[in-house]
Amino acid sequence: MTYNINNKGYYGDFGGAFIPEMLYPNVEELRQKYLNVMSEPSFEKEFNQLLKDYVGRPSPLYFAKRLSEKYNTKIYLKREDLNHTGAHKINNTIGQILMAKRLGKTRIIAETGAGQHGVATATVCALIGLECIVYMGEIDIARQAPNVARMKMLGATVVPATSGSKTLKDATNEAIRDWINNPVDTHYIIGSVVGPHPYPDMVARFQSVVSKEIQEQLQAREGIAKPDYIVACVGGGSNAAGAYYHFLDDTEVKLIAVEAAGHGVDSGESAATSVLGKEGIIHGSKTLLMQTKDGQITEPYSISAGLDYPGVGPMHAHLYKTGRAEFIAITDDQAMTAGLELCKLEGIIPAIESAHALAIFEQKEFKPNDIVVVSLSGRGDKDLDTYIKHFGL
Amino acid sequence: MNRIQTKLKENKKLLSIYFTAGYPKLEDTVSIIQQLEKSGVDIIEIGLPFSDPLADGPTIQASSTQALKNGMTTNVLFNQLKDIRQSVSIPLIIMGYFNPILQYGVEAFCKQCAAIGIDGLIIPDLPIDVYREEYQSIFEANGLINVFLITPQTSDERIRYIDSVSNGFIYMVSSASVTGASSGFGREQTDYFKRISEMNLKNPTIVGFGISNQETFRQATEFSSGAIIGSAFIKFLSSKTDDEISQFVDAILN
Repeated sequence: MTYNINNKGYYGDFGGAFIPEMLYPNVEELRQKYLNVMSEPSFEKEFNQLLKDYVGRPSPLYFAKRLSEKYNTKIYLKREDLNHTGAHKINNTIGQILMAKRLGKTRIIAETGAGQHGVATATVCALIGLECIVYMGEIDIARQAPNVARMKMLGATVVPATSGSKTLKDATNEAIRDWINNPVDTHYIIGSVVGPHPYPDMVARFQSVVSKEIQEQLQAREGIAKPDYIVACVGGGSNAAGAYYHFLDDTEVKLIAVEAAGHGVDSGESAATSVLGKEGIIHGSKTLLMQTKDGQITEPYSISAGLDYPGVGPMHAHLYKTGRAEFIAITDDQAMTAGLELCKLEGIIPAIESAHALAIFEQKEFKPNDIVVVSLSGRGDKDLDTYIKHFGL
Repeated sequence: MNRIQTKLKENKKLLSIYFTAGYPKLEDTVSIIQQLEKSGVDIIEIGLPFSDPLADGPTIQASSTQALKNGMTTNVLFNQLKDIRQSVSIPLIIMGYFNPILQYGVEAFCKQCAAIGIDGLIIPDLPIDVYREEYQSIFEANGLINVFLITPQTSDERIRYIDSVSNGFIYMVSSASVTGASSGFGREQTDYFKRISEMNLKNPTIVGFGISNQETFRQATEFSSGAIIGSAFIKFLSSKTDDEISQFVDAILN
C-alpha cells in the first residue's frame, strides 16, 4: 500500500481533476509534461542550484534544547522560516517558475491569502523576468498591507478579488478565471497541494526537499535517518506534504497534522477541515471541504491567514481517512501562547501557522527518547501586528 | 425521444436562455420559465446556484450569490419545479456545478430530474472520463442528456471523443473566457465556428458565451444550430426596466 498518489492522479478516493473544459488543455499539458520536465538533468541542476544559492538551503534542522527540556522529549525544528522570503512557500515557486519557463509560458498568475505565496511568486517572477499577477481577497489586502507592498516592490500587479467572501477561496477562484481567460501564454502557480491533478503531486514533489533534508540531517545528528514523529500545520497542506513526503510509506514514522480550530471546533468559527469537512469538490479536486448540506462552500476562520482555507489537499484527506496521520485541532489562543513560548525559550519568533504545530506539546505527551521533528514553516515577522494585539504588547 | 433531441430536429436556429434559479427573487423561477416559453425561446437552462462558480464571470456570479442569499437550494428548486410540466413543454436543462449535485447524491438528483421532466444537465466541472466511468448509466437510466463543452483550445481529437459520448448537442464555448466577458465576435471566432461546422460532428453544436443581442446571435448561429444567452439576460432581469421578458426575446429574434 502506498499513501502517495496513484497513476490516475488520486490519493485513495481523493484528487482527480474536476475542471471545466476551458482549463483542460492547460492542465492536461502540465499533467503530461511535469514528471519528464522535473527529471531532466538540466531542470534538477537549476532547481537545486537556486535552492542552495538563492533560497539558502539546506535549512537547518535545529535541536531545540530548552523546548525539549520543558516537554521532556527530543524536539527538532526544521527551519523553513530561515528561507529567503521567510517560509517554505519559495521551494514550490522556484520549481514552478522553472516549469513555466520550460513550458514556454510568459505570464504568471497566483492566488494568495496572507500574501506569503504571493510574495514568493512575485520574487521568482522578478528572478526570472516574467510578468506576475497576484489575486488577493479585498479583505486580505486591507489586513496584510506590508505583503501587498512587498509584491508591488517586486514588480507584481496585485488584483483584488471582490467576489464572494473576498478572501483566499475567492482569490483562488479569480486566479482560475484568469487562467480560463488566458489559456495560451499563462501558467498558474498554485501555492499549496490543492487544485486539480497534477498540482497536488507537483507541489508536494517541489516541497519534498524538506523531508529529504530531514533524513540526511537526522542521520548525521542522531545516526538514524528518521524521526518518531513529524508535526506540521495544515491549511491547504504544502509544508506538511513536504515534511512528510519521504516518510509517507514508512509507518514507523508517525505523522501529526495540526489544523486551526479558530475559536474552537464547535464555535462556528474554525478551519478544522478534517473534523468539520465532508467529501466534495473544491478548486478542481475531490477532497474534504467545509460546506453546507447543500454543497455550498462555507467560510473558514482562523487567526492565521495561512490556515484559513475551507479545504485540505487530497493527500491529507487520504492520510486522515486511512488514519495514517493523526489530526489535532489547535485554537487561536493555544497557538498564540505556543508562539510566544518559542520566542522566550528559543529566541525564534514563529509564524502563527507554525505556532499551531508547536502547540501540540501542551496537548500530547511524547516519550523522553522520541525524536519529534516540527516543521517551522515560516517566520513571524508578518504576524507582529497580530502578536501585538493578542498580547497587548 | 428526449425533448432536446426532438427540438434539435426542427429546421431553425435555436435560442436557448440561461437564468439563475432564485434570482432576482426566490419565487421567480416558474414565472421566468413560463414567460420565456411564451416569448418563443426554444430551450431553457435553469442555473442551480453555487457559491464558487469557477467558469462564470461577474454577472452570473453575482446572481448566484444573490439567489443563495434568497434561500435557493437544490430542494427548493426541485420543489418549485415539481408541476412545471403542466404548463411548459419546451426542453428544460439544469446547469450547475458538480459539488451540490454530489452532495444531493448523483442518482437521487437524476431521479428527481426525471420525475420533474428535466431533459438534460450541464455540469461544467464534471470531467467526461469520470462521467463515463461512474455516472453515464445513471443519466441514461433517467433519460437525461449530458451536455459537454468544447472551446477554441479543444483539440480535434478530443472534440471527436466528446462527440462520441454526447447524445444531444455540444456546447461550443465561443472564446477563451468566462461567461459574460466578450462583446462581439471577430474573425477568429467565425473561423472557429466554421472549423467545427466542417468537422461534421454527429451532434449539433450550440454556441454559448459572448452572445448578447441580435447581431451576436446571428453571427453565432451562422455555422451552428443555435446559441445560448446567459449574462445578458441576467443583466436584463437585474435592470430596473419595465420591459417584459418577451421584449428582450423579441429584440434578439426579430
